[in-house]
Amino acid sequence: MMRGMSRLATRGGARYKSLLTLNEDEVALQDMVKAFAKEEIAPYVMEMDEVQKMRPELIQKCFEQGLMGIETAEQYGGSDAGFFGSIIAIEELAKVDPSVSVMVDVQNTLVNNAFFRWGTDAQKEKYLRMLSTNTLGSFCLSEAGSGSDAFALKTRAEKKGDEYVINGNKMWITNSGEAGLFLVMANVDPSKGYKGITCFVVTGDNPGVRIGKKENKLGIRSSSTCEVIFEDCVVSKDAIVGELGKGYKIAIEVLNEGRIGIGSQMIGLAQGAFDTAVKYSMEREQFGQPIGTFQGMQHQQAQCATNIMAARLMVYNAARMKEAGENFVMEAAMAKLYASQVAQQVASQAVEWMGGVGFVKDYPAEKFYRDAKIGAIYEGTSNIQLQTIAKMIQSNL
Amino acid sequence: VGVKHTVDYNIKVKVKDGKVAKDVKHSMNPFCEIATEAAMKLKEAGVVTEIVAVTIGNAKAAESLTKAMAMGADRSVHVVGEQAEIDGLETLQVAKVFAKLHEELQGDIYFMGKQAIDDDQCHVPQMVSALLNIPQGTFAAGLKVADDKSSIEVTREVDDGSQTLSMKLPAVVSCDLRLNTPRFATLPNIMKAKKKPIDKKKLSEMGIDLTPRVEVVECAQPVERQGGGKVADVD
Repeated sequence: MMRGMSRLATRGGARYKSLLTLNEDEVALQDMVKAFAKEEIAPYVMEMDEVQKMRPELIQKCFEQGLMGIETAEQYGGSDAGFFGSIIAIEELAKVDPSVSVMVDVQNTLVNNAFFRWGTDAQKEKYLRMLSTNTLGSFCLSEAGSGSDAFALKTRAEKKGDEYVINGNKMWITNSGEAGLFLVMANVDPSKGYKGITCFVVTGDNPGVRIGKKENKLGIRSSSTCEVIFEDCVVSKDAIVGELGKGYKIAIEVLNEGRIGIGSQMIGLAQGAFDTAVKYSMEREQFGQPIGTFQGMQHQQAQCATNIMAARLMVYNAARMKEAGENFVMEAAMAKLYASQVAQQVASQAVEWMGGVGFVKDYPAEKFYRDAKIGAIYEGTSNIQLQTIAKMIQSNL
Repeated sequence: VGVKHTVDYNIKVKVKDGKVAKDVKHSMNPFCEIATEAAMKLKEAGVVTEIVAVTIGNAKAAESLTKAMAMGADRSVHVVGEQAEIDGLETLQVAKVFAKLHEELQGDIYFMGKQAIDDDQCHVPQMVSALLNIPQGTFAAGLKVADDKSSIEVTREVDDGSQTLSMKLPAVVSCDLRLNTPRFATLPNIMKAKKKPIDKKKLSEMGIDLTPRVEVVECAQPVERQGGGKVADVD
């Protein structure tokens, strides 16, 4: 019995130091993004939030740092740092500003991703290069009448010879205010239902696309969320990404992966709120001691730290599974669901720990609280995540 | 460029059992980052053709070499020591290692940070200069290379202002805070740094006498600052 057990231990037990272990490159990336966020983003967070606009210089710097093509191959101008690289970058950015984090997240996990998986060589050469060098991308799926029920989208793409003419209004589109490239889901044949949905790439210089109303949001206010209007937007058939009628597949699969990115944004947000509030609680004194040393506070902080750890493990796990080529749909849904819940809970606690100071805009806590809410809504609402998880559980019975 | 893998500047150093607790996050010494940046600026101006990052440390010190290469150094030399050897390493011995490496590297300018933020000795650049009998421009806040590349002008921050010295190459330059602002390594460069060569050498095989000449008598946390008190009057 003893011999058998020790053989088990040497064979595979102690291979990983921890499930949170990062390799050398990931550590280097993490350090760089941390330093970058501290120096280039932190001083402008509140200002960008107030004016609801991302600093153009900041967007430019993100490109220069290689953060807009993290997984993109070197041959297309990317950083070739892998999916986990994106996850770490998104997390570190969210610790400072979840708005910048989501901009980088959409670019990498949605837009770049679509091209990695379904782009032709010509499309990759042209568009991945643009996206890693100087062009911000947007993923246009949702409409006024179709959010969770994505396939009910009404945007049409009519075939006219070798071209398609796109007409429709997309809503809630992240990055659209500054984007130069749009991936748009449009239906070429409504009689086929969702099997007519096709993914098209439209560049910003196309006269048939324009940006409409910008939403005035509760949180992530410096991330532009606008209406994108396609009016007689003409594209060649080469603008189809993937196959005709397979756009629904692209939408689902790209969002499954993007979900992990959002999970990462949420754990970064939770950590940022936590760190700021805990630090404050050890400085602020009442009744002769730092408020963080009262047992009630200690217990709350311990619970929050535990929840963040659990969420992080789920996000990292889903990310590693995706990298390993495993089926990760359920794990990704669980990670996003849980991480967004933890983010809300921790951000809310953080405001309370900071007291009056947590309620004013001079301090970071109130922004984290407002930003956290979107986690349960975009890239698949929490109810949709629950539905996905339930389906996968029950389909295995 | 000499770089040191030191305790990260964000860490609050604690003393445990008479020794500084070393099992904390380490990263490149901030002044060494400035040194690397100084070398990179010369490379980008076409004045310098090759940058070699050098460190003397344990196995993990390679992280700082990777950082230097991510910032643009072409290759590295890692003089590896066992943890016990590194813990006991004194500045004279470090300087001797650099002097020994000069035989192979034949550097024109030896860039270093002015001091390391862990021991704050501020010895090595000056000692290297003495050992090699070459000029030193320490606490550099400004640097100019002559057109014929045979000499440099170093502007130094001194207690009563700044002083500009001209010196022939090869020379040692130790870098101070206001010399430059180090660049962030871009992500593509971080990934490329992996492929750049690191030449590993063993500290014990470099033929340098490692017997300590300094004995540490005591190592303690600074006395906690007492609060102020009120006095009735100041007479």
